[in-house]
Amino acid sequence: MKTNRLAAAHVGVAVAAFGVASSMGVLQGLSVADFNFPQRGESLYYLSVTAHGVLMALVFTTFFIMGLGYALSQAQLGRIVGRRTAWFAFWLALGGTVAAAYTILTGQATVLYTFYPPLQAHPLFYIGATLLIVGSWIWGGVIIASIRSWRREHPGVALPLAMHGTLANIIIWYLATTGLAIEVVVLIIPWSLGWVKTIDPMLARTYFWWFGHPLVYFWLLPAYGLWYTVMPRIAGGRLFSDRLARMVFILFVVLSTPVGFHHQFADPGISANWKLAHTITTFAILFPSFVTAFTVIASLEVAGRLKGATGLFNWIGKLPWGDPLFASLALAMLAFTFGGFGGAINAAYAMNSMVHNTAWIMGHFHLTLGTTAALSFMGGTYWLLPRILGRELRLTSLARVQPYLWFLGMSFFSISYHIAGLRGLPRRVYSGALTGELGGAWHGLTQIAAIGGVILFVSALCYVAVVVATMATGRRIDTPPFEFAVPLVPVAAPGLWDRFGLWTVVAIGLVLLAYAYPILTLIGHTRYGSPPFQPF
Amino acid sequence: MHVELYERIWMWLAGALIVVFLGVVVGTAAMGAIEPPSHIETIDPTALDKSPEFSAPAVKVNADGSVTVSVVAQMFSFTPDPIEVPAGRPVTFRITSADVVHGFQVVGTNANAMAVPGYVSQFTVTFNTAGEYTIACNEYCGVMHHMMAGKVIVKPEAR
Repeated sequence: MKTNRLAAAHVGVAVAAFGVASSMGVLQGLSVADFNFPQRGESLYYLSVTAHGVLMALVFTTFFIMGLGYALSQAQLGRIVGRRTAWFAFWLALGGTVAAAYTILTGQATVLYTFYPPLQAHPLFYIGATLLIVGSWIWGGVIIASIRSWRREHPGVALPLAMHGTLANIIIWYLATTGLAIEVVVLIIPWSLGWVKTIDPMLARTYFWWFGHPLVYFWLLPAYGLWYTVMPRIAGGRLFSDRLARMVFILFVVLSTPVGFHHQFADPGISANWKLAHTITTFAILFPSFVTAFTVIASLEVAGRLKGATGLFNWIGKLPWGDPLFASLALAMLAFTFGGFGGAINAAYAMNSMVHNTAWIMGHFHLTLGTTAALSFMGGTYWLLPRILGRELRLTSLARVQPYLWFLGMSFFSISYHIAGLRGLPRRVYSGALTGELGGAWHGLTQIAAIGGVILFVSALCYVAVVVATMATGRRIDTPPFEFAVPLVPVAAPGLWDRFGLWTVVAIGLVLLAYAYPILTLIGHTRYGSPPFQPF
Repeated sequence: MHVELYERIWMWLAGALIVVFLGVVVGTAAMGAIEPPSHIETIDPTALDKSPEFSAPAVKVNADGSVTVSVVAQMFSFTPDPIEVPAGRPVTFRITSADVVHGFQVVGTNANAMAVPGYVSQFTVTFNTAGEYTIACNEYCGVMHHMMAGKVIVKPEAR
């Protein structure tokens, strides 16, 4: 098999963004805990929170997911239709990223990754971010074209599972980014260029969270794809149920977007009943994750038993814990059991008041995005690199230790911030001491979290070192084959859960149902716009 | 569709767990009227000085003994500060912002709402324990965000 420079370029950008964002993360942890270091200051802190959020949540994830998509398309369909278009999209997205990063790093866009108006960044920040998203739309188009071409040659055959998950994710992405596009292109860019004097902050927030929650499933589904299709293979088992995996991906297509109000429980301007409606859909989306937990763990049990395990639990010891990909994915799953239940608390309508915008939320999404998705992507990188570069993985001992270090550091970090948040520490503060009177309630906790941050940074350095060393000096080899888990019961023909057209229509209907009335109500009020502010 | 027995049982249990979770949420919302702050009211953020209520935000005791507190959040303080309220009586907070989005979180309680320019957030809480509480801004609002704090002083009910 040939190397895949397209996929490698995307993974390279992802890892570069990850490296920069990690170094900022560790300094933020130290700052919140009031450890002094040279250059520590308020402006730099909030600038680096913005950079960390944008680079991790939007750049590292999106570029890795695009690279993985191209690698899977080449591996499972044997093609990428429209390579030149794909390269154009890559440069467009990279150009947009560099432009947005420039405005952030020069202090002209300290608006955090949520960029809530009427905070206003330099117009290039919004335009750059838009180009990144447009690049990702073209990526989706290239993958869909590849799928259509494959289907013409394989009538009556179900799409290979990893590509089924990728296609589901592209549909989620199109649904989600529609909200973002309306917010940025219609409301924000004209306002940031001065063509429009004022903006409605509530309308902007509502469009943002139309995008902001399905965004987390855009991160999660590639991780699920690796858990379902690669992990059982690495462990030496079989996929327990291919059909249910397809159902899970489709349920995410249907349910991922009409849930955004659970990020806006504390907002005015949206009625309690609509918030309750979004609560119900949010809880419904727990279901596919419960199914995933069973199917993946059952697949691993099959692996342990094939290797001779007989007791109730000793199959766990038979799994390849020394393999960096396996360890990453297994620890990512473990983190998600805690992160998922924490998410149910955040989504619980009334309980949310105790945790909204506190450090608890930081603790939460560093388990879900910061471990479940990120650690799966790191493990995925170790798996991808030899297969797309044709180079042997370097520094493998670092790669073996790295997932465990990450999990250890994140445990310190996340548990501390969960507790500190319950005690009232607000999220994203330069100094945990706040005005100086309250710091005692969480002082020790922010310091433990900072120690966790340092461990995470060491782990991040290991990851970046392995990637750089492999890309630069890895011994050239024939690309190893991409091997995917074989299901216990093979899937023959496409079924109900392969009908993407039908489910996309259902999903669009639910988005309209969830958002049309509340947005029309918002627009219908006598509204007073806000002028821009740049307090940074 | 063929589904293994164990997996079938698991899916029913997972479904049941979600129904229980939702039952608690919807039940407490319906019976206890427990809901997040969801007041709908707009106001011109550039003309708060002309608003009878928000030009001089203050604590007001109503005829029925309940208390209404109007609050303006702006970089990087809350007005009025401190806010003095009696213990054991319903206190309705009405909050708006004069500039960017702020948070209004009374630390150690479930009083937690966004202050959004152009809108009035409103919710009612009862402080049962007298004492001093910190109000923290929990939404990034600029370079001195972490210094944006206020105080609620809950006085024991004079009887």
